[in-house]
Order: sequence, then C-alpha cells, then structure tokens
Amino acid sequence: MQLALFWIFASLTLLFALGVVVLRNPVSCAMSLVMSFVGLSALFVTLDAFFIAIVQILVYAGAVMVLFLFIIMLLDLRVETRRPLRLGAWLGGGLVLAGFLTTLFHVTASSPSLSVVKPEIVPGLNDVAQVGIALFRYYNLPFQIIGVLLLVATIGVVVLSRRELK
Amino acid sequence: MPTLAHYLLVSGGLFSIGLLGVLLRRNILIIFMGLELMLNAANLSIVAFSRFNLHGGMPGYNEQVLVFFVITVAAAEVAVGLAIIVALFRAKQTIHVEDLDALKF
Repeated sequence: MQLALFWIFASLTLLFALGVVVLRNPVSCAMSLVMSFVGLSALFVTLDAFFIAIVQILVYAGAVMVLFLFIIMLLDLRVETRRPLRLGAWLGGGLVLAGFLTTLFHVTASSPSLSVVKPEIVPGLNDVAQVGIALFRYYNLPFQIIGVLLLVATIGVVVLSRRELK
Repeated sequence: MPTLAHYLLVSGGLFSIGLLGVLLRRNILIIFMGLELMLNAANLSIVAFSRFNLHGGMPGYNEQVLVFFVITVAAAEVAVGLAIIVALFRAKQTIHVEDLDALKF
C-alpha cells in the first residue's frame, strides 16, 4: 500500500516536472510546476514530515506560483516561437545527466545500507511541536537572521521594480 | 515499503529534470522554474535521510529545520529573481536568453 502510494506520488512529481521542461506555453509550465510541488509535498507526508509538507504547499504552490503567474501575466508572453536547437547544449546536458544518473543507480544498487526499510517512529509524535522546539531552542539566531534576509529581499524587490524617476 | 534508495532515485530524477530545464530551455522564466525543481530535489533527499536515520525513534528535526531555512531562502530568491527579470524585460523587451548578449565578447 505504502509502496503503491509512493509510486503514484513519485510519478506525479516526475511527470509534471518533465512537463515544465517540455511544454511551450509558460502558463502551462507554471501549472505543471504547481502539480509537481503538490506531488513532492505528498512525498514529504509519506516521510512523516508533515510540517515541511504544509510549508511546501503554502510557500511553493501558494506564494511562489502566484508570483510566477503574476510575472507571466505582467510580461504578456506569447507561446515561444521555435528556434533551432543548440547541438552543444543537448550533447553537454545529455552527457552530464547520463553520468549523474548512472552514478546514482550504481551507488544505490551497490550499497546495501540504502535499501533498509523505513524504521518505525514513536507513535503519536507531534511533528510541528518538535520542529518548533528545534527552531526556537537551538536555531533561534539563524531564525532571526532569516527574518532580516526576508526584509532585505523585500526592500530589494521594491528598489528593483521601482520605475526610474527623472 | 519504499526504501531510502527509492527516495534518492526520485530526488536524483527531479534534480536531473531541473538541470535539463536549465540547460535546454531559453526562456529565462522556465530556467528559473528549473532552478526551483533542483532546490526541491535537494530538500527531498535531506528529508529522506532524516527519516531513515532515527535517533531514539524520532526523525532528525535539525534536518527539517535546515529544509525550512532552504525553503525560506528560496522564496526570497524567487522574489528578487523575478524582480530582476521584470527589470530586464523593461530594459530589453525580451526574456529570451539568446537575445541577452550585451556582455558577450
């Protein structure tokens, strides 16, 4: 049952991610990306990381996607015109990918410690509470710094997107 | 039951698809989406490692906090990057990377 769910969500994630690369209309790409993130969030749920799954939905499928669609709308993009393919990019990309994937397959096939079945966790564990304890007890300073980073990003976006006044 | 190798393969596949998007597409928005896919693939492998290495029956929450920080920084990165793309579009009227060759020698 778990394995079936895993394959359903994994294929959902990978197929829609492939859609991002293959589709020509930018709006279809953005929608495909949303579905890919939803599948990924379901994979996080199968790993008992409920907090991360919810944050994934809220931040990526919510905020980031609205931002992407808003920019696509703002730029008024048409469907891309076909241009001649760059043979060098295809060859280089194919070589890098083939090397990476064969290495990954080799490593996962040859190391038995990677094929352990998922160990049982303590029943009734409160995931959000545990993440909150770790975040505010041990990582309070990085948390504050992240807040400052978001403030800097907000100011930077306002400065960047302001029209030049002459 | 899915094993750690399953999750690592899905994560590697997602990373490869994102890299493919960055290498092959020439629309700068789609390149940006490919970057997001690669970041998410890294997140998936971090969470999978934390779930499969239990400490006293509990998954590692330090790793989940790291993923939380990665998601936050990625959100900030998307906001700044899209603002740069809008500024670029205003200046050049294109988001096709082959038309942006002002720095090319």
